[in-house]
Formats: sequence, C-alpha cells, structure tokens
Amino acid sequence: MSGGRAMLIMLERELRAEFRTRELLNTTIVFALIVVILFSFAFEPVSSEARRLGPGLLWIACLFAGSLMLNPTFAREQVNDTLSALRMAPVSGFAILAAKMIANFIFLSLAELILVPIFDVLYNVPLSAVTGRLALVMALGTAGLVITGTVFAALSARARMRELLLPLLLLPILAPLLIAAVGATASLFAEEPSLDRTWFTFLAGFDIVFLTASWLLADYLLEE
Amino acid sequence: MSSTRPPVGVLAPIGVAFDSVDKRYERLFALRQFSLNIAPGEFVALLGPNGAGKTTLLRMAALLAMPTAGKIRHTGERTGGSDVRRLVGMVAHHTLLYDELTAHENLSFFGKLYGLENLAARVESALADAGMASRSMSLVCTFSRGMRQRLSIARALLPSPRLLLLDEPATGLDRQGASWLAATLHRLRDAGCTIVMSTHRPGELLPLATRAVCLSGGGLQKDFRDPSEILAALSASQEGG
Amino acid sequence: MKLRIPITVAIAALLISAGYAALFIAPDEATMHEVQRIFYFHLPAWIAMFGAFTVGLVANIAYLRTRNLRWDALGVASVETGVACCTIGLITGPLWARPVWGIWWTWDARLTSTFVLWLLYISYLLLRGMLEDSGRRATLSAIFGIFASLDIPLVYLSNRLWRTQHPQPVILGGQGSGLDPLMGMVLLLCTVAVSCVMVLGLVDRYQIGILRMELDELQMEAETRRLHSPENGSEEIGGASAMRGSL
Repeated sequence: MSGGRAMLIMLERELRAEFRTRELLNTTIVFALIVVILFSFAFEPVSSEARRLGPGLLWIACLFAGSLMLNPTFAREQVNDTLSALRMAPVSGFAILAAKMIANFIFLSLAELILVPIFDVLYNVPLSAVTGRLALVMALGTAGLVITGTVFAALSARARMRELLLPLLLLPILAPLLIAAVGATASLFAEEPSLDRTWFTFLAGFDIVFLTASWLLADYLLEE
Repeated sequence: MSSTRPPVGVLAPIGVAFDSVDKRYERLFALRQFSLNIAPGEFVALLGPNGAGKTTLLRMAALLAMPTAGKIRHTGERTGGSDVRRLVGMVAHHTLLYDELTAHENLSFFGKLYGLENLAARVESALADAGMASRSMSLVCTFSRGMRQRLSIARALLPSPRLLLLDEPATGLDRQGASWLAATLHRLRDAGCTIVMSTHRPGELLPLATRAVCLSGGGLQKDFRDPSEILAALSASQEGG
Repeated sequence: MKLRIPITVAIAALLISAGYAALFIAPDEATMHEVQRIFYFHLPAWIAMFGAFTVGLVANIAYLRTRNLRWDALGVASVETGVACCTIGLITGPLWARPVWGIWWTWDARLTSTFVLWLLYISYLLLRGMLEDSGRRATLSAIFGIFASLDIPLVYLSNRLWRTQHPQPVILGGQGSGLDPLMGMVLLLCTVAVSCVMVLGLVDRYQIGILRMELDELQMEAETRRLHSPENGSEEIGGASAMRGSL
C-alpha cells in the first residue's frame, strides 16, 4: 500500500471522527475568540496601533488555539491504544504522522476562517484588499505550526504532564516561525500592503525543513 | 494436537523466533536474555504470573516494541508482499477500536489499511460470524465489554493473519463469546495459522494448544510439548488463578 | 583517572592566568574602560556554548543510529554544559550592558536569538525530567535535540532579518573590528581557558552519566530478580503453590 493512499485512509477516519462530535473544533474556535477578546481588554488598540499590534495578536491567538488542539491528537489514540493498531498495520510511521498533520491543519484553518474576519471587525483592520495573500500567509504559518506541533504532541504523549509539556517544547521552537508569520502579516496590514518576499520564503523554508526532519525521524518518534 | 503441516492449498504460516532478547521497561527488565523459537503452525499457550513478560513477548512478536538487545525474526515462507505486519494479527489488552466509530466503520477502516480485497463482503461476514450483524451500524461506545472484545477479535482476524497473537482474549467474554472464540481458534489452528496466546483461564481455550511455555521474571521457565504435561501445567495454573 | 588531578590543576592555572591577563595585561579600552574587560569572558562563553551544542547534535544523531546509551549520556552532558555557558553569557551580557548602554536588556537580534536558544535547551532538560524509561527518554530527547539544533540557525536568521528592519542600538564596537593585537592575544588565551573548562565539565558530566547508566542497569537487574524470586512464590508454574502467591 503506498504511503499516500494509507495517509488518505487515515485522514478520512480522523475527519469523520472529528466531524461527528466536533468537540475539538468547537473548543478551539471558542478559545481563539476568547484570546482575541482578552487582548482587546488588555490593549484597547486604536486604529493606528491596531495595524502595529494586530499581526502579533492574531498569531498569538492562533498559536494558543493550536497548542490546545494538538494534545488530543495523540491523547485520543491512547484511550484504546489505537495507536498500536495503526503501528501494526502495514503503513509507515510518517503516513500516520502526516495524516494527523493534515487533519490538524484542516481543523486549525477552519478555526482561523472564523477568527480572522472577527479579528478584522474587532480591530478595524482593512483586510479585504489582501485576502488572497493573507490566506497564503496564514496557510504557510499554520502548516509550520501543525507540522512541528504534531511531532511534539507525539513526543510529549508518553511523558508526564503532557498538557503543560507540549507548549513548553513547542513555543521556543516556533519562535522563528512566529517572527516570520508576524512579519509577513504586518507587511499585509500596512498602509500600502505588499507581501514581503523574504518572510514568505522564510515561512516556506521553515515548513520544508521541519517537514523533512519529521519524515526522517517519524519511525523513531512512534516506537516503543 | 500436534499438526504443524498446513493442509494442501492453504497459505504457509509464519513463526517467530526470539534470540537473546532483552527488553527494558521503566525500572525493570520485562524480558531478560530471552530465547524462544515458535515454529510455523504451532499453537502456543503462554502461562505465567503477572509481570512475567507475556504481554511484552506478544507486543514484540507483533513488532510493536523493539528489543533493547537481541533480535526478533519472523520465520517461515511469506506470501509475496514484503511487509510482515500484513500477516500478523493481535488481540491486545486494550480493544484497539475507535469508540466514536461504528463497528462497521472500524472494520472497514482497518480493512482498507491492510489493502484487503472484497472488503465490504469480508466486513459483513466478519461481523456476522462474531454475532454482531444487528449492531454493525452502532457506535462502539454503546457496546458492552463483551461485544467490544468480540469486535476486537474480529478486527484482528479480518486480514486473515498467518500469525495470531492473543493477550488474554477471553477477558470480558460471556460463555457464548468464549465458545465462539474457542471454535474460531480451532478453525484457525486447523487452517495452519500459528497462534500464541496468553491466558488466565486455561480451561476452555487450551485443549487446543500444541505447546505450553511458562514465563517468570522475564525469563523462560518451562517449555512443554507433550500433551499430558501441557494438560497438567494448565490445570495447575487454573487452580491457582 | 590518574591524569585527572594534573589536568584539572593545569586548567585551573590556565583559567587563573587568563583572568589575570584580562584584568591586568589587556590594554584599557577607549570608551568603556574597565567594564569592557568582561568581554574576555563574555565572548569565550558563547564560543564554548556553540562547541558544546555541536557535540550535543552529533551525540543525538549517533544515539538514534546506534542505540548505544553512551551517546545519550554524552548528549545530556553537552546540553547541560552548553546551557551553563549560555547562562554565563546571558548574565555577563547585562552586567556589561548596564553601565555601557544604561539598560540591562534589549530585544535586538542577537540577544533575542540567544534567549530563545537558552529556552530551547532548558526545554530539552525539562523533557528528560518527565520521561522515566531510559530508552524512551534517550530516543525522544535525541529527536527533540535534533529539532532544536535545526531551529538555531533559523532563529538567528529570522532575528537578523527582523531586526534589520528596525533601528538598532549600537552593537559593541570591540568585536573583531580592528582589535588591538594585545587584546586579541588575551582574548585567545581566555577562549582557550574557558573552552578547556567547558570540556572538563562536559567530560566530567559524561562520566557521571555513564556511572548512573551502569548503576541503573545493576538496579534493574536486582529489582527484576527480587520481584520474581522464590519467596514471592512465582517461580514454579507446575507446583500448586505457584499462582496463589503470585503478584
């Protein structure tokens, strides 16, 4: 069975299971909104400040929401030890990992689809002119987040205090991604919006590097 | 009781060999310098107290756990396909099922992962055989313990494994379920499948065994092949357990 | 090790002479005067840190390929040593900055990157603390260590890109740009001294790790035997007394 095919089968299962209950999706969206609103209490940004602070706040909200959503990815597989069932099947470790990465990407993107317009409304940042490019930046940033996050969720799944451990491991590693994503988004929020080439390339580079590392290390990650 | 040759026309079974295997687990050695050769076609009963290493042995035979030292090899002819995992099935301590999916969905999912042909028909016949046809569209979280165990066994059997590993498979089964299991194992043994099973209830399930292996403290204590010795060992362990 | 004492004494002597050189032999710096002398330990600390983390990366990869726990011991020894050097750097930095810039800290490229680096490797140590099984701990921390090492160039790169788009405070002028030859020599002496201390610390920590590993092995052997000894009644399966006394 080819890796791609196996991955799609597992992805279909992840999506089917999640969309049946939608509990993860709902809690993630609500949490992201809470973070955004809390920020507005803390900062009360005026329009000019909104442009400056906006990108950072948006990405921090995504980061928090994403970190929260990642733990259940593997925690759910521990309830009935279904992870062992997957590992016993003739599929590669990376296929298992990739299926979860894509599922998380879809869930987080759905949360962002709701988050960004609300952010736009609350902070009065005009985003209509840059929707396409913003979507691209969000996609690249989210991809980096879920790639790294899924790997670290697998890492911390067997450790004690994993809910606390995951953000502890993840956030320092994501620092460069955060900087790049905020930089790219800021260039789109500016008076004369344009997509900064450097940041864009950096984001793509980060995604490729970490995806490759995940591919190389997948089997070590899942072993017992 | 000692058939090791599969009937003509049936796919050849596979065996598993442990060569001086060490397995560390937290602060203990779950297996220590452990060697055991299970030949294709044997039906091995794994006995021993809790913590003796039975579960570890089974998980390693399923390639779920890697040895800290030593090697594990699968033996016997393979039927094309390079991945030996295709040929191994396991009934584990946990159910290995997705609670949020239906029985049908669970089996279909794993069937697809194993690349099985005629999947729909196979799933339906597996569910019917396990006596779950009427509940095939119900979510597993609504099932009783006994039903989950039956589905777990059906899941392991779906890809027609050549090596079947069972970790206390009768747990949670009622009398009807237990006889179904015994009949199924009988059928598999006669079809030439290699079976390794650990159990705390030797009575119902063990007249089928061709060999009894007793573990203790991560090591091999006794290895019986003579039918009468096996029977004695099993009754003795039943008495205490 | 018979050589341990002479080597330690030699390195101690080297360090003392480096300190003396930094304080008394190096020429006075034009603008910062006495305070600048902390540079002679600040920069070597960074160099030693990079050395330690490089050894760590090699050890992580080697562990995954060989599964020999000695590499794991080397990995954690180098990370601990590296974190110590990093901490020294992060403390000497502000101590120097305060009198010179008037501020303890600023979020410029280099400082931010280094702080993230420090956090990364502290996380490595925290991760290890939460994994009990030695094999799993070694594998997972090796994986995390490799990801952290991948991240280091990215952190530096991203910060450089980021910070060049904002005005920055004046970076210390004394580094590499027309260094007075005498200063250069003192710097070299201090770098060698600090590096030797780092290597000594690393080797020591590695040897402690090896001893702990061997102790673990023996403890496990003993524990396994104790749990399954005859007194616990779990030996004979054929005997009737067996199962009744079992765990």
